Amino acid sequence: MAALIEIAGLSKRFGGFTAVDAVSFSVARGEVLGFLGPNGAGKSTTMRMLAGFITPSAGSARICGHDVQDDPVAARRNLGFLPEGAPTYPEMTVAGFLAFVGRVRGFHGAELRRRVEHAMTLTAIGAVALQPVETLSKGFKRRVGLAQALLHDPPVLVLDEPTDGLDPNQKHDVRTLIAGMAPAKAIVISTHILEEVEAVCSRAIIIAEGRIVADATPAELARRHPSGRLEEMFRDITAARALAA
Amino acid sequence: MSGIGRTLAVARRELASYAATPVAVVFIVIFLLLQGVMTFNLGGFFARDQADLVPFFSFLPWVFLLLVPAITMRLWAEERRLGTVELLLTLPLRQSEAVLGKFLAAWAFCAVALALTFPFWITVNLLGSPDNGVIACGYLGALLVAGAFLSVGAAMSAATKNQVIAFVLALAICFVFAAAAYPLVTDFIARGSPALAEFVRRISIGERFANFTRGVIEARDVIYFASFMLFWLVLNTVIIEHRKAD
Repeated sequence: MAALIEIAGLSKRFGGFTAVDAVSFSVARGEVLGFLGPNGAGKSTTMRMLAGFITPSAGSARICGHDVQDDPVAARRNLGFLPEGAPTYPEMTVAGFLAFVGRVRGFHGAELRRRVEHAMTLTAIGAVALQPVETLSKGFKRRVGLAQALLHDPPVLVLDEPTDGLDPNQKHDVRTLIAGMAPAKAIVISTHILEEVEAVCSRAIIIAEGRIVADATPAELARRHPSGRLEEMFRDITAARALAA
Repeated sequence: MSGIGRTLAVARRELASYAATPVAVVFIVIFLLLQGVMTFNLGGFFARDQADLVPFFSFLPWVFLLLVPAITMRLWAEERRLGTVELLLTLPLRQSEAVLGKFLAAWAFCAVALALTFPFWITVNLLGSPDNGVIACGYLGALLVAGAFLSVGAAMSAATKNQVIAFVLALAICFVFAAAAYPLVTDFIARGSPALAEFVRRISIGERFANFTRGVIEARDVIYFASFMLFWLVLNTVIIEHRKAD
C-alpha cells in the first residue's frame, strides 16, 4: 500500500538561508514518526510545507496521494494539523471554535455536534466547552488545538509539539491517545522530549540544519551510541554538527 | 461541502468575534454619534427646511473613511499576530473563500450599522414627506461605498502584520478615491495633465455615490462598485497566497 505521506526533495530557502534542504521521507498507515531536532533545525518549516502553509522552494509533498500545492483542498481534507503553539481564536468558546472548524470541514447539524462532542471527549476538554479559549491554561489550549486536528478523524495527523505545556498526567493521556489512534493513521509528531519518542513513536527522524541525519526506530538509534540512550545519541549527532558549523 | 458553505462558515466566525469583543459596540456608537453631529450640526438638517437626507448622505463617505479602516485593519493582521492564520489557511478551504468570508462579515456588519441610522429616516418622514425611493437609493449607494472601502482595507490588512500600518494605508488609499471627485483635487491635477484629471474623476467614489443620493441607479455605477470591490478582493487573495507565512 502506498504511503499516506510522501515527501520528496522538499527544500525551503528564506533569502540566502536554507531552512530545509532536500528532505525526503514517507510515512505509511500505522506508523508514528517522531520528528526530532534542535530548535531552528527545520522541523516546523517542514511540517508547514506538508500542511501547505509554506510554499516549498523545491520538491513536493503529498497527503493520501494529493499534492499539497496542486490540490491543496483535497490534501487538507485528509489532514489534521496542529500548528506550532496551537493557535486558537482567544475570544471564542472551546465549543464555538471546534464548531467553526467542523463547519469549514463540511459538517453540520447533528453530525457536527457529535463530532465536536467526540473530539472534546478524546482530549478531555468537555469541562471547559463553554469557556472562552483565552481564559484557559496552556495545557487546555494545547488540547483544544489537538481536538481541532482530530475532529474529522483524518487518516493523516501532523502535530507540532502536541505535548508542549502539558503536565505529566496530561502528557501521558495524549501519548495514550496517539498510541490508540496509531494503527489506523499515519502520524508525524515533532517533540523535544526524547522519552516521548521512545514511548509512542515507531520511527524517528533526526533533522539538523535542514537535513535528515538519522532515520530509524528509536531503539535502533539508541543502540548507535555506546551508552544505549537515545538522548546521548541525539546530542552526539546534533551537537557535533553545531560545532562543525 | 460547497465553497459557499465554507465562505459562510468563515463569515459567521468573524461576525461572532465582532459580537464577542467591544469592537462592534464602539464602532456603532461612534458611527451613529458622528453621523448625528454631521447631519444636524454641520449639515444644517433643520435649517435647510427640506424633507430629504442629503446632509446625512453627503457626510457619510467621510465618516466611513475614518471608521471602515478601523474595522478592516484587524481582519488579517490580527490573524497573523495570533498565528491563527496558519490554522485558517491549512483548513480545507480556498484562499479566496477565506478572503470573501471575512469581507462579507465586515460588510454585513456595516449594513447593520447603516440600518441603525433608521431614526434619521423616521425623523425626516415625521417632519415632511420625502421621496423614500431616493432615500433607499442613497442607502444602497452608502452600502456600496462601505463595501468599496472595506475591500481596500481588507487587502491592506493582508499586506502587513502591523494593524496601525494597515489602518493608515487603507485610510490613505480610500481618501484618494473619496477626494478625487472634488474640484480642489481635479483642478490641481488638471494643471499638470487634463487627461489624468479626467481619469481620476472617473475612478472617484464620490461622483458615483452622488448619483445614488440623487436617486439615480445607473448600471455603470453599479458595475464600477462591483469591479472596484472585485479588484481589491482579488488583490487580497493574491497577497494572502504569496505572503501567508510571512
